[in-house]
Amino acid sequence: MTTGREAPPKARPRSPGRGVPLALLVPALVGLAFLLVPLLALLLRAPWRSLPEQLASPEVWQALRLSLFCATAATALSLVVGVPLAWLLARTDFPGRGLVRALVTLPLVLPPVVGGVALLLALGRNGVVGQWLDAWFGVTLPFTTAGVVLAETFVAMPFLVISVEGTLRAADPRFEEAAATLGASRFTAFRRVTLPLIAPGIAAGAVLAWARALGEFGATITFAGNFPGRTQTMPLAVYLALQNDPAAAIALSLVLLAVSIAVLAGLRDHWMRTV
Amino acid sequence: MPRSAHRSHRAAGLGAIALLTLSACSPSGSGSSSGSGGEDVSGTVTVFAAASLKEGFTELGERFERKHPGARVTFNFSGSDSLAAGINNGAPADVFAAASARTMRLVTDEGHTAGSPGTFVRNRLQIATEPGNPHRIDSLRDLTAPGLKVVLCDRTVPCGAAARTALTAAGVGLTPASYEQDVRSALTKVELKEADAAVVYRTDVRAAGDKVEGVEFPESAEAVNDYPIARLENAPNPSAAKAFVELVRSEEGRKVLGEAGFLKP
Repeated sequence: MTTGREAPPKARPRSPGRGVPLALLVPALVGLAFLLVPLLALLLRAPWRSLPEQLASPEVWQALRLSLFCATAATALSLVVGVPLAWLLARTDFPGRGLVRALVTLPLVLPPVVGGVALLLALGRNGVVGQWLDAWFGVTLPFTTAGVVLAETFVAMPFLVISVEGTLRAADPRFEEAAATLGASRFTAFRRVTLPLIAPGIAAGAVLAWARALGEFGATITFAGNFPGRTQTMPLAVYLALQNDPAAAIALSLVLLAVSIAVLAGLRDHWMRTV
Repeated sequence: MPRSAHRSHRAAGLGAIALLTLSACSPSGSGSSSGSGGEDVSGTVTVFAAASLKEGFTELGERFERKHPGARVTFNFSGSDSLAAGINNGAPADVFAAASARTMRLVTDEGHTAGSPGTFVRNRLQIATEPGNPHRIDSLRDLTAPGLKVVLCDRTVPCGAAARTALTAAGVGLTPASYEQDVRSALTKVELKEADAAVVYRTDVRAAGDKVEGVEFPESAEAVNDYPIARLENAPNPSAAKAFVELVRSEEGRKVLGEAGFLKP
């Protein structure tokens, strides 16, 4: 994000090879190939002939719809609590802040299946918090669509928090200070000054979180189980199809891949130009 | 597989070197035993085994290593289907022990087994309930009681297919809370009291100890799972593979697996 005074340096030299040191170019191309070859293999081995038949199954669309809904809901939930959390970490000073920041990123290193078990122990019918949800409100989260959203939020929110916190740290706090000297409360300054300033960072974080939520498997199947139409998202459908029908699994993966590329490319064009 | 010749690349080949190192990290150290025709059992033997075999096979693996001091057994316990898919896609395994004839057939159909597989144990289903069976579940029909949360294995994994057969035989239409991806996760849901009951193998109930209680039901006789075992065609360590299969099928092997709740073939 720039303030508009300095023009972005658009006219970069574009000719490849010239000025690009070989010591960077070769590893870069190896890295690119490493990321793309598996996807290419998926396309090459895709059962193109039986694809229309595979995609005609209503279960595929049911799983896709559920995936898109849950990933979007998880992203929304992450935004509502994740942005304030990022602000807290970036803009306030309290003892143990470093530790809190490390704890926030814990779900990044935790195997998602362990995350799912932890969620069961916390929010399950018999869990530390979940038993009270059940006793007081009659709410049980495992095996429900809400459970899927929570599992995905648990895994995806750290991406958003990290991204937004980084943007906040890079953003100049003097704008907020100026707002404060003009009489704005800290919350007003956050809403009117900080949020617009870090919008691209929030967008980038939200996209990252959405993508992570869309591909979430381990925490979801562990916490929410697997039931078609209710908790069976695309990654779960892919995994189970892989058990005895790899062709169907590849077809499902292609659908997920196509949809995510379409959404991510669309978002990038529409409101992430500055990132 | 790992290239033998180390090419000296340009200075820029750092990334390529990293990749070579990675590919050389595949389970190895056993490839050297090729050519030994006798009973020289040494090196690593890699066993791909159905998740339900974990307790019994771990015990047998320890016994195997005691019998053959130069040998080491590494296990890959997982759903039989994903193991079969791994083997068919070139995973370096010596032995495959599946939880159903169907999953073994996935491998034999591709010609990846050495010789024909043999059944070494059988397994039956039980209903796993919370300790003390608080919901008084005595039959498959009891699982359809309103408000009861039951989990089954997905039909794509053997325990799910078996449960389906048993439910059909009992004439019971059951809508579970979840179709779990393998038998262990179905059992875990009961252990954590998230589900009231699950249909799993009796060996899993046995392995869970006093955290769950097993309930027998007559229709389990309709869905007995045969467990076939076979050496693999591309086994990196064929002699150790042979010795391990022999141990599993020996009287001693049957005894250890019997203690884990398996039935004789």
